[in-house]
Amino acid sequence: MAFAEDGNGGRPDRAPLSHKLWPLVRGTVMTLSSIAVTLLGLLFVTFIIGRVMPIDPVLAIVGERASQETYNEVYLQLGLDKPLLVQFFYYLWDVLHLDFGISLLNARPVSEDIARVFPATLELATIGIIIGVVLGVPLGVLAAVRKGSWIDQVARVLALVGYSMPIFWLGLMGLLVFYGILGWVGGPGRVGIFYIDVVPSVTGLILVDALLDGNWDVFKDAFSHIILPASLLGYYSLAYVSRMTRSFMLEQLSAEYVTTARVKGMSEWDVVWKHAFKNIRVQLITVIALSYAGLLEGSVLTEIIFSWPGIGSYITTALLSADMNAVLGGTVVVGLIFILLNIFSDLLYKVFDPRAK
Amino acid sequence: MNALNKLLTSAAIGLAVGVTSFSAVAETPANMLVIAHRIDDVTTVDPAESFEFAGSDISRNVYGRLVNLDPADLAAGYQPDLAESWEVSEDGKSITFTMREGVKFHSGNPVTAEDAAFSLQRAVILNKTPAFILTQFGFTPENATETIKADGNTLTITTDKKYATSFVLNCLTATIGGIVDKAVVMANEVDGDMGNTWLKTNSAGSGPYILNSWKPNESVTLTSNPEYYGGAPAMERVIVRHVTESASQRLLLERGDIDIARNLNPEDIAGVMSADGVKVDDELKGRLMYLALNQKHPVLSKPEVRQAFKYLIDYEGMRDSFLKGQYTIHQNFLPATYLGASEENPFSYNIEKAKELLAAAGVEGLEVEIGVREAQERIEIGQAFQNAAAQAGIKVNITVGTAKQILARYRARELDVYLGAWGPDYPDPQTNAGTFAYNPDNSDEANATGLLAWRTGWDAGGLTEKVEAAVTEGDREKRVQMYLDIQEEFREISPFVMMFQQIEQSALRDNVANWSTGQAVTAAAYWQVTK
Amino acid sequence: MMAETQTLREWLLTETPTSRRHAKISAVYQGWLSFRSNTMAMIGLAILVLLVFVAAAAPLLSPHDPFVQDLGNRLLPLGTGGHILGTDSLGRDILSRLIYGARITLYIVALVALIAPIAGLLVGTVSGYVGGWTDTVLMRVTDIFLAFPRLVLALAFVAALGAGIENAVLAISLTAWPPYARIARAETLTIRSSDFISAIQLQGAGPLRIITGHIWPLCISSLIVRVTLDMAGIILAAAGLGFLGLGAQPPSPEWGAMISEGRRFILDHWWVATMPGLAIFTVSLAFNLLGDGLRDVLDPKAGE
Repeated sequence: MAFAEDGNGGRPDRAPLSHKLWPLVRGTVMTLSSIAVTLLGLLFVTFIIGRVMPIDPVLAIVGERASQETYNEVYLQLGLDKPLLVQFFYYLWDVLHLDFGISLLNARPVSEDIARVFPATLELATIGIIIGVVLGVPLGVLAAVRKGSWIDQVARVLALVGYSMPIFWLGLMGLLVFYGILGWVGGPGRVGIFYIDVVPSVTGLILVDALLDGNWDVFKDAFSHIILPASLLGYYSLAYVSRMTRSFMLEQLSAEYVTTARVKGMSEWDVVWKHAFKNIRVQLITVIALSYAGLLEGSVLTEIIFSWPGIGSYITTALLSADMNAVLGGTVVVGLIFILLNIFSDLLYKVFDPRAK
Repeated sequence: MNALNKLLTSAAIGLAVGVTSFSAVAETPANMLVIAHRIDDVTTVDPAESFEFAGSDISRNVYGRLVNLDPADLAAGYQPDLAESWEVSEDGKSITFTMREGVKFHSGNPVTAEDAAFSLQRAVILNKTPAFILTQFGFTPENATETIKADGNTLTITTDKKYATSFVLNCLTATIGGIVDKAVVMANEVDGDMGNTWLKTNSAGSGPYILNSWKPNESVTLTSNPEYYGGAPAMERVIVRHVTESASQRLLLERGDIDIARNLNPEDIAGVMSADGVKVDDELKGRLMYLALNQKHPVLSKPEVRQAFKYLIDYEGMRDSFLKGQYTIHQNFLPATYLGASEENPFSYNIEKAKELLAAAGVEGLEVEIGVREAQERIEIGQAFQNAAAQAGIKVNITVGTAKQILARYRARELDVYLGAWGPDYPDPQTNAGTFAYNPDNSDEANATGLLAWRTGWDAGGLTEKVEAAVTEGDREKRVQMYLDIQEEFREISPFVMMFQQIEQSALRDNVANWSTGQAVTAAAYWQVTK
Repeated sequence: MMAETQTLREWLLTETPTSRRHAKISAVYQGWLSFRSNTMAMIGLAILVLLVFVAAAAPLLSPHDPFVQDLGNRLLPLGTGGHILGTDSLGRDILSRLIYGARITLYIVALVALIAPIAGLLVGTVSGYVGGWTDTVLMRVTDIFLAFPRLVLALAFVAALGAGIENAVLAISLTAWPPYARIARAETLTIRSSDFISAIQLQGAGPLRIITGHIWPLCISSLIVRVTLDMAGIILAAAGLGFLGLGAQPPSPEWGAMISEGRRFILDHWWVATMPGLAIFTVSLAFNLLGDGLRDVLDPKAGE
């Protein structure tokens, strides 16, 4: 249910894939074809949605004052008079050539727009997931090791509050307190106004670009802008990651081998980290990957509140103004990332999880 | 486990230190103007195509026009800009402009009559949405090269009949009158598009500012043009940053990170007034808020019902509460400050009167749908109206949708009631008269979706001819009287419930002077601003 | 009386049930006992019971009419003029709106809790039981919906059908079912290969009877846990749609829409957005607490 709840920790857990070990080649072919089929389905559903929506893409271009004549001209230009299936195949043909078309609204190539907005989301999501993991994993381990102690209760409350808090409210309040009153962090936007366009955009990630350019002022400024929204997203993934870590750890700690190790007199530190934690790594990486995928979808509400020009608000704006090329392009990118992260975690399962063998 | 505790603590401390070390109160540099504004409506910056508010702001600062409005004295009307002077022919159909000498485009090319002719012809030939502002004078893609002609240092335009000169010149002050650099534009032509694709995101003007970059939904950056014929602007760099939330804009302003916040709501304006170093500028804008009652509806088309709805608006209650400071009561289709605008506001909130009128029309148990755009102030107006109508026994169902969704249904004449806003396109009374009170063919087949009267299914009750007469009247006094008469009749018989006129409240840092959003007649100007 | 309860208790806690029904009831009772000892879960349950009560008795409890406007008394602070939680932008009593809003929240919760898991159960069990091509196709569809950016899907759906509470519920359900399908399929795969299903098959039961009569009941407990834990997300999702203006239509006192209306005043009149925010928070928290407790009882291996 993460969509309204920007990053409440990403995708729900899913069952491990088939336990059979297919021959490698067949497996690869199957994987690739399933990616292709899923992507095709994704495109088709989005395309249909775009066409049945009662928002008129022509009106979006010509505006309120347009005469019927101008309107008809654009209607034909967009090829809207052709049958739906034909329109879809035209579109597909272009996408196969890596051409997402021109944004109906701002006349730029959609790929260019996405290249501009996606790094913003990538940067935010990455720092968010780092915060979530760095704080969430130790917290979860600690809560499991000291089950029932005050730290377990604190972790539980932290997580439940994280699950239950409307992010738009928390975001506005955070902005008011840490920026408006205390002045500890930068305000809305990715960088302060005089730092806009100061460093050359190489990767699109301002923090990285600033480092490449050796410009510490920009780096500091960008960091002060990203830290609040990233902490917010980090908190939501922390809630999810810490809970999952705790329950994985509990499962391991109650296993026989742990008791055996303890009986043998192994130190508690070694038991926890060298044995139990080692065994949950794969599961944990899956959880983190899915949580990361959730954040990469773009957290629309956070992006709105922090004026963050990311992919979530890009797709939403496009959708509400019927800019279907932009919506389709954005959906493909987000869907592809999700599918890839999914496959990555499935692979991890197959390779490392003893039970999958 | 101690190690873990330590790890946690140090991580927390590290984060806190990292965050606090960056706290510093900012102030914008003296030669830079930073504005927070909603710019998500910009879809193109080509003057032949641009037609939205934020886009007009860019155009006004980047492109010179033949005649223009002076931000320091908007009431003076059109003034010479790229044209130094003009003459009207005997028959009143032709105007000949003499170009100003020595003005250069940003590219360094001189601004010539040929560029001016090309720009206007181009707008007519491309025939984009705002083209009607020019084509209403009889220019067509076919005759454009005949009717718009450059000759040496002069440019002559010939209209299909005699119009009030002020009408023609007022139209040339609109965005579509922007003069583009022919050589640069044609160098970027693709597939005979007259440079349209290129100009959507680039500029080729001669105005006080050069467009550096426009990042949709993110920012617009302008750099001053030191060669500007009117003198180099004081603000060397202008950055307009897209910030949607009023609260965010206010925080930015109070922290000194921006100089001007343009979209504060009444509550934030009230709050910001008590902050140090901030002031508020009020400017009456041309935007009107109205209700349109669909005349294809069997009940809404009754004269008494139309009248009754005009008493169901709590004009004063709304103005003094959630619209406070940002709207004023205005019950006429010409915005105040326009030539011939009427100041009469005869209707007031009167449930009893409305009930009488409804009873006289024999209306009972009426249920109507009102379409409202997703914008808080409109949703609130809708709810206040819903509340008042309920007291008169009318059930109003509100449908909130995105702008495009609701608009599409209004254009298709499907909505019972539409809560709309309308801004004039050029500073002449014809701009609103020609859409509210003009509808030569009310049939569905006419499909005159550009006319508000048609969308509302109203045949304009005989006002069409009067509007046609007023637009060709050369005598200013007579013209004023004609518009006053049209408005008086319109108030009584039309299915439009005109409610409010907008006041734009800009919140500025104390040191910002000479700010202008262009009032009701034009867009914002930056070149006269000082700090 | 005392003795009788004692016997009943004993009967319920017996380790030697006399019938299948007895065994079932006994199991439920023991679950309840372990659930009851979980204070947090009980708090959650209490909050939700209270919510149902408030929603049912809304007309009796609310001090004012939630729809009556008073433009002269707008944005009153807490406790002024007989308005315990103040008034909103149109001068309506916030407390009364919150109380009536509880009905909408419950309505959303109930509908989504009915639609999404059932749809997921249907797809998941059929896919898992039938296998083969059906499985491949259904799982591919599930994957497509999983890979969809959820917001786009929900937004598009609402935009296509028009804003409104029913459509918001449908949109949320549409985005919520795939995980349930996954869970149900995984469970079905385990159950299908178990001995007792083979036994029933040998007795000649058809696939329909096996799925509805034997597989569904076994999937239900893990689904209930899952739904309860997702409930908070569903409420927040509905609030998010309301926040974007695509949920309940005005003047409906939907909590998300109330936050959206109130966020404009957040700097000076913080309570207008904060009160509905707190309401959403409380109910979400209650569902999470309850879900945690239920998981311990119904699905111990996942919980601990």
